[in-house]
Amino acid sequence: MIPVLLILIPIVAGLVSFFLKNEKAAKGWSVIASLVTLAVSLAGVYEQNAAALHADAAWLPTLGSRFTLHLDGMAKMLTLLTGISMPLVVVSTIKNDYRNAGNFYGLLLWLQAGLMGVFVSADCLLFYFFWELALIPAYFLCSGWGGEKRIPVTFKFFVYTFLGSLLMLVGILFLYFKTPDHSFAIASFYKLNLTPAEQSFGFWLFFIAFAIKMPVFPFHTWQPDTYEQSPTAVTMLLSGVMVKMGLYGVIRWILPVFPAAVVRFDHIVIILCVIGILYASLIAIKQDDIKRLVAYSSIAHIGLMCAAIFSSQQVGMQGVMVQMFNHGVNVIGLWIVVDAIEQNQGTRKFSELGGLAQKAPGLAILFVIMAFANIALPLTNAFVGEFMMFNGLFRYNGWMAGIAGISIILAAVYTLGMVQKIFYGNTVAATENAVDSDFSVKLMLAILVVVIVVLGVYPQPMLQLTNDTVHSVLTKIHSF
Amino acid sequence: MNAIILSAVLGVVMMFSSVFVKNKSALKHIAAAGLLVLLIANIADTYGCSLFKIDLHNMLRFDKFGLFFNTIGIGATLIYVVLSGRDIEKSGNYVAEYFALIFFVLCGLTLLTSFGNLLMLFIGIEILSIPLYILTGSDKRNLKSNEAAIKYFLMGSFSTGIMLMGIALIYGGTGSFQLEVVRSVFASYKGVSFLEIAGLLFLLVAMAFKVSAAPFHFWTPDVYDGAPSVFTSFMATVVKAAAFVAFIRLFDARVTETSAAVDWKMLFSILIISTLLIGNITAVFQQSVKRMLAYSSIAQAGFMLFALFSLNDMAKEGLLLYAAAYSLATIGIFAILIKMKDVSFEGYNGLAKTQPLLAATNTIFLLSLAGIPLTAGFFAKYYMLASVIKTGSYTWLVIFAVLFAAVSAYYYFRVIQAMYFKNGEAQTDTITPGFKAGMVIVAAIIVIVGILPQTILNWFYF
Repeated sequence: MIPVLLILIPIVAGLVSFFLKNEKAAKGWSVIASLVTLAVSLAGVYEQNAAALHADAAWLPTLGSRFTLHLDGMAKMLTLLTGISMPLVVVSTIKNDYRNAGNFYGLLLWLQAGLMGVFVSADCLLFYFFWELALIPAYFLCSGWGGEKRIPVTFKFFVYTFLGSLLMLVGILFLYFKTPDHSFAIASFYKLNLTPAEQSFGFWLFFIAFAIKMPVFPFHTWQPDTYEQSPTAVTMLLSGVMVKMGLYGVIRWILPVFPAAVVRFDHIVIILCVIGILYASLIAIKQDDIKRLVAYSSIAHIGLMCAAIFSSQQVGMQGVMVQMFNHGVNVIGLWIVVDAIEQNQGTRKFSELGGLAQKAPGLAILFVIMAFANIALPLTNAFVGEFMMFNGLFRYNGWMAGIAGISIILAAVYTLGMVQKIFYGNTVAATENAVDSDFSVKLMLAILVVVIVVLGVYPQPMLQLTNDTVHSVLTKIHSF
Repeated sequence: MNAIILSAVLGVVMMFSSVFVKNKSALKHIAAAGLLVLLIANIADTYGCSLFKIDLHNMLRFDKFGLFFNTIGIGATLIYVVLSGRDIEKSGNYVAEYFALIFFVLCGLTLLTSFGNLLMLFIGIEILSIPLYILTGSDKRNLKSNEAAIKYFLMGSFSTGIMLMGIALIYGGTGSFQLEVVRSVFASYKGVSFLEIAGLLFLLVAMAFKVSAAPFHFWTPDVYDGAPSVFTSFMATVVKAAAFVAFIRLFDARVTETSAAVDWKMLFSILIISTLLIGNITAVFQQSVKRMLAYSSIAQAGFMLFALFSLNDMAKEGLLLYAAAYSLATIGIFAILIKMKDVSFEGYNGLAKTQPLLAATNTIFLLSLAGIPLTAGFFAKYYMLASVIKTGSYTWLVIFAVLFAAVSAYYYFRVIQAMYFKNGEAQTDTITPGFKAGMVIVAAIIVIVGILPQTILNWFYF
């Protein structure tokens, strides 16, 4: 029942929102709806009764697809992340003006429904459905409310991901005809006995789709532009949650279905990831726009997670689980600050900012903590995740871990550079008359800081939550 | 049988009604009522209630597949007449005749879905085509319309000539016109004469021309662009799908792999690749939505050709689903296009502000053509791709096709971008509430089929 509610509540709430003509009503409505969804996702985390975590109904009997939803550890963690992000996003940007606010929040809620659907579906065709459905609202949100160059940029984003998902569809159909009972159920896919050649073929079809979504170098070119041009509320969901779809897909579908191909190609993927990590970190140092900097920093972080997944080590995989959640939380925190600065100062350029700490001390303190989490300093949540991931990567190959480790220094360079350029030094024209940010922004940031510190000191619950997934996936790989 | 005779009779009735009915707007109601009767008669036929019992000597054979397609074709025509009937009225002085011609086209369509003999195929193609030549040129004062009609007529007669040549060669080789003979030619590995192979290749060329598969597509953009938009809508959907059904009937019994010294799979894959390539790439560069739709119809034909490539149960089901999904969406898009003052991409700028409902429904139609999930178009494409993968070979062809499906998103989304994200004041004719309701119903059908294709698929177990 719980997984159905997770999808149904945002869909219905979104539909209602389209008919709300009053901006205030639309905002209030989406806050309520997202809080209800959050409550349901929390209930999912604490629910012990297996029947409540599972839903199954006939959908397309002749095609062998059922409407099957299931919540395991990883799905619980990611639905919780989706559930938390939505109120954070809505409340922290509540002061922003959106024309046709009803439509904006309606699409945002539908985006959430699509994301939830991806994380809970236990049927491959259903998974594909939600995978695509998450894309359509995102496209309309970015194109409708984005920046100046939004139309070509979001279109590039759309075509890129659409192409990836079509390739995945070919892969899904390919696997479907290999299943003895002609079924899309995840259990049938897991039982497949594929030859090495078939595994390699399917692996690349799936991997390209997921690599575009994450994005992994060299499929990342849509990402910085899209993050820059999208309205920040959407960027938060894209970078906080949507990129996790790619990582989730790798863990859920690629590792268990193509174990032989994973063992065969893991070095190629990891090399791509490591190149991406260094490349994105170096570019991030050179950026003049906060949004672009965070976008590149996000590519580096995701690259590390992807590399850790393919190292197929227990500790690395656990680190990925923890870090998927942490990265989502941290990057949303960074975006909230970016949006607060952009709304108040009217610019996102470092060259036009400086000395903001004198005018907005509250924001500065909260932002510095966010920045520490971005560098993965001990006591922050990201430290736990990154430490475990590097540990896993090191067990796979010391050289890879060493080269990827350079990114820790680079992350410190660009993140602290950003803090310095925005908040310290002398005030400039844009920050001369700055005021501290709104209460709603600071409240959300404070909540995030609590999450960061708590998970940094005591990550055990998160590790326990996702333990079952890690265990089942790795047995599949190692039994090979 | 019901549909063939009734459509011919109703065509004659429509012609005479122009003498007795002076009120022009009553004609479209008569036509809609006639179509409804035709639809019901055909459905009755499907479930075994035939009004006419005639010994046909196997010249025509009525199977479930053909009859289901009749239902789709007649149903789509009904929707088309309901949505665009008012525009048919406006397109010229001979309104009753236009409706009569549409009924004759349907008569040709019903022949094509049930022919059992090559002569009936030829007659069906001619009955289908000749009214279309007239409809294309119905805008008599317009030079482009005249040009299109003459082009269509010349090219069409040329291709029928080739078809006749093919039939004659097969007759020369086998001494028979029956469809079983064609099938035995396909089925046998040896003892096939040059005449029969050449005849089949001629038939292939002629049918490829009718479904506008590249490299036999050159008439399509000019004819679709030149003809009055109301009739383009009909030609690009119902008529094209009918040609596909005839095509698959003709080539149905092909042996799975290579037979009779011709590698049919290779031949069809070349047709598919060139059609997808030319249709999609050229559509990208169009400045007019109408011309873009002409090329997109070529591209969609490339996808439908997959059914002829794989020829399994999924292919036949899929072709019906594709015909329905594609026809509905295209009829919807054209119904809106007819109402636009300016049919270039710029003409659509800002439609979401002036006509939000039309823009929303148009978006659903375009998403369906692009094959996005939750629309009927997704399952149509799904079936086509699955049918090829099911054959177990030529998977590279599928990958090629999805690359072009991504290209097709480009030109369909250009319309969406114009409607929603560009500034402008899109000008439309007056939109009646009835028209809006019709659009919403068509869009709802597309979405319902997209969520639960089972509602349609359950019929398809022939």
